[in-house]
Amino acid sequence: MSSELHELVAPYALDALDADERDRFERHLAECERCSAQLADLQEAAGALAFAAEGPDPPASLRDRILETARAESAGKVIAFPRRRWALPAVATVAAAAACLAVGLGIWATSLSRSLDRERSAKDSYARAIELVGEGAQVRPLANAEGGLLVARGGGDAALVVCGLSPAPPGKTYEAWVIEGKTPRPAGLFRGGAGCPPVLLDRDVPAGAIVAVTLEPKGGVQKPTGPILVRSEAA
Amino acid sequence: MCATPGVMPLLRLRPAERGRKILRRDAAQLSDEALLEAVADADEQALGELYDRFGRPAYGLALRILRDAALAEDAVQEAFLQVWRGAGGYRPERAKASTWVLTFVHRRAVDLVRREERRRGEPAESLPEQLTPGADEAAITRSRREIVQDALSRLPADQREAIQLAYYGGLTQTELAERLNQPLGTIKSRMFTGLQRLQTLLVESGFERA
Repeated sequence: MSSELHELVAPYALDALDADERDRFERHLAECERCSAQLADLQEAAGALAFAAEGPDPPASLRDRILETARAESAGKVIAFPRRRWALPAVATVAAAAACLAVGLGIWATSLSRSLDRERSAKDSYARAIELVGEGAQVRPLANAEGGLLVARGGGDAALVVCGLSPAPPGKTYEAWVIEGKTPRPAGLFRGGAGCPPVLLDRDVPAGAIVAVTLEPKGGVQKPTGPILVRSEAA
Repeated sequence: MCATPGVMPLLRLRPAERGRKILRRDAAQLSDEALLEAVADADEQALGELYDRFGRPAYGLALRILRDAALAEDAVQEAFLQVWRGAGGYRPERAKASTWVLTFVHRRAVDLVRREERRRGEPAESLPEQLTPGADEAAITRSRREIVQDALSRLPADQREAIQLAYYGGLTQTELAERLNQPLGTIKSRMFTGLQRLQTLLVESGFERA
């Protein structure tokens, strides 16, 4: 079993594992020094492959959009950019997500309507989150914060929309976790902010798993040390 | 159910965490690694400089994998935002900054292409074609591109094929084994040996200094 996992190092470096295999290998990697050392070399080579794919220049607007979104995230706002491709379906899906929220999260929806700004921020967040995980995403409520967890149809990609977390203090970061059974696995870092910035999780969210957020030292940790601040309800 | 008192009053801090600000012309002087450190301190200009260095290969890579300009832009945007949020997790002793950044781009593009294929219900198409580089391409990236393409061309054909289909085609090892009609173990060892050989060729050809 263990030698089988060692063999996943090259496919992992090339992102050629499916979600389950990736997950198993990452757990193994945390405990296998030999694999970490090998991976560093193989990833170096795989990273170089990116340079062989150079093609046309990206549109100049892309740089502005990235910087504007980054700035907005820091300030706790979310900007939904019009999409060139799924514009109409995305609008329809946002409406569907909003309807789903209105039914599933009656209390939340009511409290939202108290603040137009906040509502707009949450709506934009959902629009952006749906862009990230795809249309038809399932929306799960959070147990102890405003927001929701969006999981792609058929499982897989997931984004967390969480409102009202203060920006992480210097030297600290928020860290998301995917918890299956009793095992929390790191799923990405974020700064928090006054609005509801959506966070694409690094890790798939399988059926039955929950997602939680803790405050951790800058750079993140492999196992949570802080208390759970936010958690999703089980599907 | 949602807004519990426990969460909201958490950590009232100064409005925005602003680390040491560096001027734009200074950001250009920083090493890639130091630049990521500035990005971790929420320095927007450092993020801009990081994009100026790696946005082009990032977009080329995403476009090659996704073959759709809008999706490629999405992949690059999300990857740079992941870098923005997670730069504090970067460990310079483990990876070059360029590798670290482009790993996000690659992972995002591969996840997207798999999702798109699920959505369309189509299998992956044949190996994506080589795209024509832009005319005004900077000399430094051209030489990197040439070095890597040359190193790739010197790999044994079966190793090159496995690496290209996985890295640029977004195929999983299992899909590759089916497509090439080879046992999974063979595919894994072609990837491993091929990547090791590629790394050796790159070191020999001075890729680091390019």
